[in-house]
Order: sequence, then C-alpha cells, then structure tokens
Amino acid sequence: MNIRKDRRFFEEKLIKGIMRFCALLLAGLLILIVTTIAVKGFSALNLSMLVNTAKGGFYLGKEGGILHAIIGSFCIAGGATCLAFFISTPIVLYINVYRKKRSKLAELIRFAFNVLWGIPSIVYGAFGFTCMLFLGLKASLLAGILVITLVEIPILARGIDEVVQHVPIEITQAALSLGATTGETAWKVVIRQILPGIITAMLLAFGRGIGDAAAVLFTAGFSDYIPESLMQPVATLPLVIFFQLGTPFPSVQNRAYASAFILTLLVLSISLMARFFSKKLSRHRIDHM
Amino acid sequence: MEKLRLFKNRIGTLLMKTLSFTVLLLLFAMGTGLFLRSQALLADKPISDLLFSSAWRPSAGEYGYLTFIFGTLMVTLYALLIAVPFSICAAVYLSEYAKKRTRDFFKSVIDILASIPSVIFGLWGVLIIVPMVKEIGSVLFGASSTGYSLLSAALVLAVMILPFIIHIVLEVLQTISVSLREAALAMGATSWQAIKHVVLRKALPGIIAACGLGLARAFGETMAVMMVAGNIAQISISPFEPTYTLPALIANNYGEMFSIPLYDSALMFAAFILFAIILLFNIISWIVFYRVKRRL
Amino acid sequence: MHQQTHIEVKNLNVSYGDVKALHNITLAIPDKKITAIIGPSGCGKTTLLKSFNRLLDLEEGVKIKGEIFVDKENIFTPGLEPTHIRKKMGLLAQKPCPLPMSIFDNVAFGPRIHGLKNKRRLYGIVRYHLKQAGLWKEVKDRLYEPASKLSIGQQQRLCLARGLAVKPEIILGDEPTSALDPASSKRIEEIFKMLKSRYTIVLVTHILRQAKRLADYIVFLYNGELVEHGPADVVLAHPQQPLTQEYINGVVS
Ligand SMILES: Nc1ncnc2c1ncn2[C@@H]1O[C@H](COP(=O)(O)OP(=O)(O)O)[C@@H](O)[C@H]1O
Ligand SMILES: [Mg+2]
Repeated sequence: MNIRKDRRFFEEKLIKGIMRFCALLLAGLLILIVTTIAVKGFSALNLSMLVNTAKGGFYLGKEGGILHAIIGSFCIAGGATCLAFFISTPIVLYINVYRKKRSKLAELIRFAFNVLWGIPSIVYGAFGFTCMLFLGLKASLLAGILVITLVEIPILARGIDEVVQHVPIEITQAALSLGATTGETAWKVVIRQILPGIITAMLLAFGRGIGDAAAVLFTAGFSDYIPESLMQPVATLPLVIFFQLGTPFPSVQNRAYASAFILTLLVLSISLMARFFSKKLSRHRIDHM
Repeated sequence: MEKLRLFKNRIGTLLMKTLSFTVLLLLFAMGTGLFLRSQALLADKPISDLLFSSAWRPSAGEYGYLTFIFGTLMVTLYALLIAVPFSICAAVYLSEYAKKRTRDFFKSVIDILASIPSVIFGLWGVLIIVPMVKEIGSVLFGASSTGYSLLSAALVLAVMILPFIIHIVLEVLQTISVSLREAALAMGATSWQAIKHVVLRKALPGIIAACGLGLARAFGETMAVMMVAGNIAQISISPFEPTYTLPALIANNYGEMFSIPLYDSALMFAAFILFAIILLFNIISWIVFYRVKRRL
Repeated sequence: MHQQTHIEVKNLNVSYGDVKALHNITLAIPDKKITAIIGPSGCGKTTLLKSFNRLLDLEEGVKIKGEIFVDKENIFTPGLEPTHIRKKMGLLAQKPCPLPMSIFDNVAFGPRIHGLKNKRRLYGIVRYHLKQAGLWKEVKDRLYEPASKLSIGQQQRLCLARGLAVKPEIILGDEPTSALDPASSKRIEEIFKMLKSRYTIVLVTHILRQAKRLADYIVFLYNGELVEHGPADVVLAHPQQPLTQEYINGVVS
C-alpha cells in the first residue's frame, strides 16, 4: 500500500516538474528571441536608416535607409485593417445577434473562418496574384492592401467573435424589449459593449499585417521609394529584411538585423497596446456566470 | 418614422446576410481560382505524374511535386512532434498548477510570442538554431551538415506554432468546470491522476482542434522555413539534411514565373495543393472533434 | 445517549481574499448519523463542507485558520497529503457531475486510481455499488455507454455509487437534490436513510422540510457564524436562538 502510494506521488512530482520546465522554457524562448534580435540589431542601428529611403546601391552596401519600407508596411497594414474591419464586424454581428449564436449558418461561417485562418499567406498571395492577372492589375500598394485584407479578415473575425460570444444574452434581450430593432441592438448596444475587444482584435490583425511577407511578395511588388499613389509598387519591412539578409555583404546583413530590430519593436509595442485594451475590456465587462 | 426604421433594419439585415455569404464564396473562389490557373499544367500532364514524380526540371518541362510534398509533410510532422507534447505540458501546468498571477503573466508571453512575424523567427533561426543544429549534427551524430536542414526548419516552426496550440489548449482547460476536478479529487485521486484521467479526457476534443490549427499553421509557413531549411530538393528523412517545402518553392521562384512555359501554372498548382490539403485537414479535424465529443 | 464524534471542527476561520466566509466555527459531527447544515444561501454552508475534505485548497486566494480532526487526525497538518482524507469521504455535488467516461468506468474510477486492476473484482464492485445506489436495474444493459446520457436523477445516483465505491466512511452532500425533480429527490433521500446505519452523512440543504425528514443533528449557519447546533428534535422544535426561530418560522431566509 505504502509503496504504491509512493509511486503515485513520485509520478505526480515528476510530471509536475516536467510541465513546469516546459512553461518556463516558453518564457525563456521569448527572451532568447527578443534579446538575440536586440543585441544583433541595436549595434547596427543608426538614425539615418530611419529617416532615409534606399538610395542607389543600397543592397550593395551603399547609403540609404528603410523609411520607405516602414511607411509601406504601415500603409498596407493600416489600409487592410480598416477594410477588414468593415467586412468582418457586420458578419460577426450578423451571426451572433441577428441569428442565434449556435445556428447552423453561424457554425458554418465560423468553420469557414477557421479554414481561412489556417490558409497560408503564400496561398493568399498566389490567389491575389491570380485575381490581379484576371483584373489586369499590376503589383501595387492597392493590390497589397487587398490581399492583406483577405489575410486579416479571419484573424479579425475570430477575435471579434470570441468577444461577442461573451456578451450576455440579457443585454441583447434588454435592448430588444425596449423596442429596438435587431440592427439598432447590434450596432448601438452590442458594439458598444465589445468596443475594447474590437480594438484589441484590430491591433492584433494590424500587427499580423505588418509582419506578413509571403502574401505581399506577389502582390505589392518592391520599390526603393515611398509610394505616391495606390497604383505604385511598395516595399515592406519583412521583405526588406529578407532581401538584405540574402546579400553576401556583411554590412548589408547588419542592416537586416537593425531592420529586424525595428520590426520587432513595432510589433511588440502593438501587441502590448492590444493587451492594454483587453485588460480594459475585462475590467468593464459584466459577466453572467 | 417607424416605417423608415424598420425599412432601414430590413436593408441592413439583407446587406449583412449577403456579406456573410460572401465569406463562404471567398473560400470557394480561392479554390476554383487557383484550380483554373493550374489548368494549363493539368491539361498537359496527368495528375498522378505530377504528384508521384520527384523530377522537378521546369526547363525540361518536368514538374514532379513529390519531393516538395514530402519535404512539407516531414517538416510539419517533426514540428508537431516537438510542439504538441510541449504545448500540452505547458498548458496543463499553467491551467492546473500555476497561480492566477503566473498564468496571467504567461498568457502575455504567449500572446507576444504569437505576434512575432515569421521573418523575425526566420532570422532568429539563422542566428541561433542553424549553428546549434550544425554543432549537434557534427558532435553527436558525426553528420557534416551546414545546419540549414529539416531539423532547423522543424525547430523554428515548432517555436512558431507553440503559442497557438498553448493558447487554445489553455482556453479549453479553463472552460472545464471545477466540479469535475473536485469529483475526481474527492475520491482521493492525486491532482495528476485527476488531470490524466478526467481533465485531459474532457479536453481531448479541444486538444485535437488545437493540433489541427497548429498543423495548418505549420503546413503553410513560408518565410521562416525558407530561411533555414536549405532549399535543396531531395527526399531524405535525416533531420540534418536540407529540405524544400511547397511554400518555399512558390516564394523562391515567383520571379521567374513567366520565363518558362507552364511554370506559372505549376506554381499556382503548388498553391492549390496547399489550399486543398489545408481544407482537408480542417474538415478531418472538425469531424474528429465532433466524433470524440459525442463519445464523452 | 453518548454519541461518538467523527469530525471535529475547532475554531475554523475561512476567508476568500478579503471576504470572510466562516468565523470561528467549533462543532462536532456525530458518527453514523445524518447531520444537516442549514442556513440561507451565501452563509458558508458549501465552504464548511468543502473544508472537511480539503477541496477548499483548489480555490484561489483562500485562507484557512483553525483545525479539523477526522478520526482524531488534524487534516490541516502541514505536509499532509489530502488524498487519503478525501478517500474517506464521498462527495455529492449540487449538480451531478459524471466523469467524461462510461457508466462502468465512472464507478470503477475510484478503485482503479487506488490500484485495483482485476477485471472481475472491478465488475463486482461496480455492480454492488450501483445496486446500493438503486441504479443497477436501470443501467445494467448499458454499462458502457457515456454517463452523460443518463437523466439528471440517474446521474446523481451514479455519483453516489461512484463515491461509495471508494469505501468512504463519510458522505458529504452539497444540496444534492436541488437540481433534481421531486421523484428523484425522494429516491436519494430514501437511499440516505438506508445508508445512515453504515456511514456518517453530512448534508447541506436549504430545504427546511428535507432537514426535518432526514436529519438527526442540525447545524445552523448564518452569515458565516455558527448560530446553533444540536440534535434535530431539539433544535427544530425548541430553538434557543431568536435567529434560528426566525429562520425556522420562515421569517429570514
Ligand atoms: N471562490 C470564492 N471566492 C470568493 N468568495 C467566495 C468564493 N466562494 C464562496 N465565496 C463567498 O463565501 C461566502 C459563502 O459561500 P458559500 O459557502 O458558497 O455559501 P452557501 O453554500 O451557503 O451558499 C459567500 O459570501 C460567497 O460569496
Ligand atoms: Mg452552496
């Protein structure tokens, strides 16, 4: 009896130790990644990189900066996040407020979002490229925005859906029983309840848009300038990093590290902002358990 | 006035309904769009030749995808083998043993890790994982590897999908009611016994769904894998040999797409294969999810 | 008549963070009797019950002061593994909580985790305890179906059988009939009456009539304080405290 018992508790201790190790390793990995990029990138970073665009021979080690890519990334991710917002929000509200949360149609659309979420961005890129050929569009800022919109729709929709599902049914019922139409309930009451959640989801989608490389490879083209119209090709940060890293010159590769450092800083601050808003969300939310 | 309100409501509903169906349509459009684009290749060669031949010589008009499909599957498989047990352990620890403060802290870690772009992961892989794999390969196995290999790709990929899997598993574990754990503990089970026999069992459908999502993520990852995998088309199961995946194939060659006949069609077909496999994965994991759920 | 004490509570204080749930409870629960803990909701009944088998440990930020002796052993002794204490007590939750496995595996769960592997003996144990809980006839042809397919009333009896299969000395019930229909409640009550010659039963209830029907001993809590406790006939017929009188007459609830 006692021996059995010892084994049971030994197993418990062992497993718990392994699990704790895994959790700690997770934090260790994050620290390792961020410090690697920071250490490598910070020493190569200088101000002129941030305020200049690529000059001739930039990828051969000559003068220049990556301002155009930073701006390009912001334009693409910003435009795409706005578009994706105007597409995903109505759909999520439709399946949650207009329809019953667990109706067949709602589940089908959720399934579609899950599939779309899992589709690799390179496939979105290829699909976008197909559409561009079909429409006669050239690689441009516009095409980049449109493709990233597609990439972001499922991210945004799943994020918002998660929040809307937590809205207590009582709130909807209260609004409806005051004589509000479904539309007014959805767009004036429910949306107010989930606003911080929407902002969080938008920030996360924006972060994903900034970091995406595979989809814009096909569609946004590449350039050394800040785009002046929607129809011009545009460079993005991830691609700039990738191409700089691909050169054989150590000085250019160093710039890749610096660019990676900037991208990481950007994405981390966006992610922290998103966390800030989601904390706000949980402070205001009324939970009916 | 009242009429106008109701009219607006009706129009709004109609618009939103249409939009919702557009999403379903988008999925359909992607499938057909890519399929139609690869028609030129499919009309020229029987599909079995394409899928089961490993000869990839576009200039000679030979398009065999086997190497790339194999490479993609191997990288995904290795990555899942590393990431899934690790994620489940970490998620169980955070949900069942850790205090709320610790759990919240780690939730931030997971979210931040999930938000790092794949180029950054790739760069980190080049700087840390590749040299490490090279060392391990030569010291432990006597393999002379450059480090750009299947194992490097799998490790980087595993780190990338960890946060996604942990996030979902953690969420699933947290929705399991406390009374279920209490029921097991009240019978004198140790906490590990309660977890093993009751909590994990109850969480199984969710864990399967999480693995499905992780798998989809891993399968289509492009940049990070491309940066560390070596990109040499060969069929080898040695983890220290370079490998080449479908997404990397597309990304590496899109520039020359129109220089060789059928090449554009061939790359679109690669994208179509990815699309089809992801769709299939999703359907399978969805079916398994509901099957398992019904048995509990 | 001298009664033996089975669970002895001394100066028990429990708080959740800053919320005090129990103040200075001192109490003795008699052996082989049905003890009913009564009181309005939120007064700390569940908290008291869960402190007996140390399930309170699971709550976040809970602070416990005081002592509880079960068979003369202080269950809060530092370093003590709570499993063998929990094994002594079967728990019936407010809502029946079948484990996510078959009916058979639910009852066999306890014996299995305590090391029994023999198939025939497991089967015997499962059959015996399902009979004890009055469920055998209804489920003997579908032992291997998921337990979640049973009706709520059947699930609660399954939980009882599952608890009994660990060979406890004490049965703890936290309003075990509150989720059930009247007929199922009545069955559970009858089973309790049958079991009380062999087990110490502690029953939380907010139904006064149920306490009257079943209890030998009454514990009345109000706002985390122990107001009155004593043999059922005394407390229910001649309550000493004004608060108890009001509660029994339905003034406060
Ligand atoms: N997990 C918890 N965290 C904080 N407060 C709790 C928790 N559980 C119970 N309480 C508080 O403790 C008090 C007693 O609760 P409980 O024992 O469940 O009462 P009863 O079972 O009599 O309804 C209540 O005021 C309740 O709000
Ligand atoms: Mg209670």
